[in-house]
Amino acid sequence: MTAPLNISRRTFIKASALVVGGLVIAFSIPQAKRFLLPGAQDVANKDAAKLPEPNAFLRIGTDNTITVMLAHSEMGQSIWTTLPMLIAEELDADWSKIKVEHAKAAPEYVHTAYGIQITGGSSTTWSEFDRYRQAGALTRALLVAAAAEEFGVAAETLRTEDGFVISGDKKISYGELAERAAGLDTPKAVTLKQPKDWKIIGKATKRLDGPEKINGTAIFGQDIHFDGLKIAMVARSPVFGGTVKSYDASAAKQIKGVQNVVQVPTGVAVIADHYWAAKQGRDALKVEWDLGAGASLDTPAMLAQYRELAARPGATAAQAGDVNAAKPAKIVEAEYVLPFLAHSPMEPLNCAVKISDDGCEIWTGTQMQTTDQQAAAKILGLKPEQVKIHTVFLGGGFGRRANPAADFVSEAVQVAKAAGVPVKTVWSREDDVKGGYYRPMFLHQAKIGLAEDGMPSSWQHVEVGQSIMVGTPFEQFMIKDGVDATSVEGVADSPYVKGVANHHVSLHTPKSPIPVLWWRSVGHSHSAFVMESLIDELAHAAGKDTLEYRRTLLKDHPRHLAALNLAAEKAGWGKPLPKGVFRGIAVHESFGSYVAQVAEVSVNKGAVKVHRVVCAIDCGLSVNPDSLVAQMESSVAFGLGAALQSKITFKDGMVEQSNFHDYNVLRMADMPKVEVHIVPSTEKMGGVGEPAVPPLAPAVTNAIFAATGKRIRSLPIADQLA
Amino acid sequence: MITLNINGKQHQLDAPEDMPILWALRDIVHLTGTKFGCGMAQCGACTVHLDGQPIRSCVTPVAAAVGKTITTIEAIQNDQVGQAVQAAWGEIDVVQCGYCQSGQIMAATALLANNKKPTDADIDAAMNGNICRCGTYPRIRAAIHAAAEKLA
Repeated sequence: MTAPLNISRRTFIKASALVVGGLVIAFSIPQAKRFLLPGAQDVANKDAAKLPEPNAFLRIGTDNTITVMLAHSEMGQSIWTTLPMLIAEELDADWSKIKVEHAKAAPEYVHTAYGIQITGGSSTTWSEFDRYRQAGALTRALLVAAAAEEFGVAAETLRTEDGFVISGDKKISYGELAERAAGLDTPKAVTLKQPKDWKIIGKATKRLDGPEKINGTAIFGQDIHFDGLKIAMVARSPVFGGTVKSYDASAAKQIKGVQNVVQVPTGVAVIADHYWAAKQGRDALKVEWDLGAGASLDTPAMLAQYRELAARPGATAAQAGDVNAAKPAKIVEAEYVLPFLAHSPMEPLNCAVKISDDGCEIWTGTQMQTTDQQAAAKILGLKPEQVKIHTVFLGGGFGRRANPAADFVSEAVQVAKAAGVPVKTVWSREDDVKGGYYRPMFLHQAKIGLAEDGMPSSWQHVEVGQSIMVGTPFEQFMIKDGVDATSVEGVADSPYVKGVANHHVSLHTPKSPIPVLWWRSVGHSHSAFVMESLIDELAHAAGKDTLEYRRTLLKDHPRHLAALNLAAEKAGWGKPLPKGVFRGIAVHESFGSYVAQVAEVSVNKGAVKVHRVVCAIDCGLSVNPDSLVAQMESSVAFGLGAALQSKITFKDGMVEQSNFHDYNVLRMADMPKVEVHIVPSTEKMGGVGEPAVPPLAPAVTNAIFAATGKRIRSLPIADQLA
Repeated sequence: MITLNINGKQHQLDAPEDMPILWALRDIVHLTGTKFGCGMAQCGACTVHLDGQPIRSCVTPVAAAVGKTITTIEAIQNDQVGQAVQAAWGEIDVVQCGYCQSGQIMAATALLANNKKPTDADIDAAMNGNICRCGTYPRIRAAIHAAAEKLA
């Protein structure tokens, strides 16, 4: 296939001057493909008016190393390997010569669909599939052209393999060609390989970041250190929205190693030589808080308020026919409740900041460089390009490190500014658990009418929960007619709901001081639990097999069906299980991928044991099948830990949990066997980082119903079986 | 001043006696392979060996290490078992975000040093204190079995 590139001299930069003796490739994608956030548009337009600062997607050194620049952040999902695979495929590179770096924060690296530099929405691989392959193909074309000059032959007579251009029995390495290639004209178009010719794409490939993460040398934000860098801990209000009334730092300053105590917008910061002194200093700090309205927050009261809201009409998210028109043979009514959840990545939040006369440098693990950069610039009165962001490995993200409010970066900049020294703010685990930006609590109520044949004839559904998008730059795209699309995703667009002629989905969006954020799989993290539990309820009400019932409802949805059928077949649906073990099934589409899971569960005196999860996915092409399998395993662990035990609750405005002893996540002994099966597919590519989280909870609770007859309608499960 | 033996080298540190070993390693000696995860021995990310035994360095004061030997992830390849564990980690491609893996490897090495052929139940018991939010547990289990086989 030949891809028209629309790459002008202006957007395709070869800048050998910047990298001594090498070749640098960079280009931007056409603007038309983007949807742009307001801030991002400014940056892009401004940049289009002049030559962008030379940036690179890859760099070939004279030593034959090929350095791939990642426009996205590595947080475990393995794009450190997957994106280089795309370049290496088209470049015919020697895989052993590949090195990887996070790109800087710059307009050249904005997401090809979202218009800002972001890692999220399980979108990295599909959104970069063309750009990174094109970068590889362009570079190869330049190297071939350089070799043609070198050999004095026509380019068409040359071939490439493992980092060499080959002419008959002669060959020359990419490194030797790099300088000459850098001086050549830009190709106007480039031919990408046919899938049948792929040698790397589609092959299970080991992680390039494996060795450094095994020997302890991988650098995370937490590990940043340079001379003069101080450690800061911030005392924040125990209640969201609270402010500092007064503080007494005298005892804190007595702690050896404490250097300074400064007030910042989010609280009071203790600056010290090391974490231990900062922590002890913060413990010794006396702060009087004006707690504000948030001090009355109480989870049971919030739930009661949500129920009151649910009884009233909300904003319409989806509607067809008349839910009161048909007289159902049977009515199923149910209420589902899901708690606030913390992301709790293993690496507590942190951010190092060094402010100089003409700029600012930031070292952190972030999923959203653009908004962090803008926030820091605003605080310091700088232009965004004066803020250099060094992205380092993220010790987990799960959405917490992609914050439109740039909370942990802004705070660190404020501390460094107030203290007048370079600082690294470090959050304790307690700070992280209590620090907000949770998956919002959600209430769902559904009233579903069944016809004589047991199939749904009307579907009324109301949701209540805080909006993630309100007040962010995403609001204008994601909130329409009072409905935050991420609140109702998986319900309003569900094939089950859409397939019922009479349906009505509505939403209430209460506000509270509790900051909320996308949590691995966003709205699907609650909607799939509700939908797949409801479908199970309907199947039982209709007296039908839960798999057959789904097959009937999804008969016009081949990708759902393919995943469902593969999971059922591999799990041996309908076949006998060991005594006391029961199955549950669920299927859900999110982020463009279709995942079905069968969970095998036993329940002993209220203790749930998940023995095995069989997972089938159709994500279109899988670039690296082994990292796909890893993401399925990861999603099962993440989803199961939350479903079994995790919750954030409030009493008197304060978060009741604090660390891993009371904010429980999955541990080794509770990890089931996970079997992953990939639907062979040439359909549109979807993501793999999130889509296997949503179906896990309902697959497990549907199995619990099969085992005990108890329908789990509220999470976590542990609270329901206690 | 306090003297600690870290990875076979004597280090003189200006650290209070109650400072957890974790912060002496990370913020004073700048050996950052050992990670901070929870600060209260709940997650295992900070696991190091003290005279060969796995300890949670986030709650163990430096005073407790005087006269003993601290081994961290940076030196575990010098240990035959540690080397086998790291090799198995690579073969099975265990890591994801990687943040907890130093602690996982230190805990797994200690397990295999004391138990040459651990069962799944042994692994559950030894590794349950090491949280991995990426859910690399199935691969950790497989890698421990693989390392055990290689060491047999």
